[in-house]
Amino acid sequence: MVRRAKAGDLTAFETLVTNHEQRVYTLVRRITGNDQDAEDVTQQTLLSVVENLSSFREEASFSTWLLRIATYAALKVLRKRNGLPTVSLEANTEPQEGYDTVAHPEYIADWRESPEQLVGRNETARLIDEALNELDDKHRVIFLLRDVQGFSVRETAEALGLSEANVKVRLLRARLQLRERLTRAFGDPARRFEPHRHEVVT
Amino acid sequence: MNCEELLAMLNDYVDGGINPGVCEQFEKHLAGCNPCQVVVDNIRKTITLYKDGQPYELPVQFRERLHAALRAKWKEKHGAK
Repeated sequence: MVRRAKAGDLTAFETLVTNHEQRVYTLVRRITGNDQDAEDVTQQTLLSVVENLSSFREEASFSTWLLRIATYAALKVLRKRNGLPTVSLEANTEPQEGYDTVAHPEYIADWRESPEQLVGRNETARLIDEALNELDDKHRVIFLLRDVQGFSVRETAEALGLSEANVKVRLLRARLQLRERLTRAFGDPARRFEPHRHEVVT
Repeated sequence: MNCEELLAMLNDYVDGGINPGVCEQFEKHLAGCNPCQVVVDNIRKTITLYKDGQPYELPVQFRERLHAALRAKWKEKHGAK
């Protein structure tokens, strides 16, 4: 399909777009947080693919290439929104963040249903959206890049102008905050555990 | 291990990326700590929900505009066929 599109086959290109547009839109919508920016960035990304498809090397994954372009375009929008001219989402050189600043889990319970069961419901989509939007930009983006898009720690650090150590701490915070929120919604209160105070070396 | 050290290891453990010595220590802790086991499980399920969840649908009108714009640009670049 990619090969045919590169050769100038418009139908092949349109099929390619149709196969990938939801993933692009979803990623971009989650990074930027609103429909308008999501539409602008999605369109801009796909138009740039028309322009640059000839430079795409077929050994790599088209999907990965496309989602990278979309990610950088979406991050650019975030930076503009935060009034930052530089690569980083930070205003200054960021200080080293520590694990002492990570909030401990409070609501701990097994979930009543598996992700497979939850995924089909509209209610789930709404809830996970809300939870994601409760994260601030710097935590939301790291979660999306690392856990949803599968960027490595190094790639994430480079994309955001952060140290790898800070990428890790922020990822943990993002994961724990989402876990907390979603467990309150999906957890079985009958199987709830008290948070364990870990003081003793085991 | 205290809470902070455990939290530091939690990320890596969920990713499966920490060195075997540390992993063993963390697993030993997990074996005796139900709340921690559940937290690890919760996190894995949370990640799965976002990765495997329903993608957003493109708004219908946007999709039409998008494809029209792409066709126009394509023809401009490749010449109308």
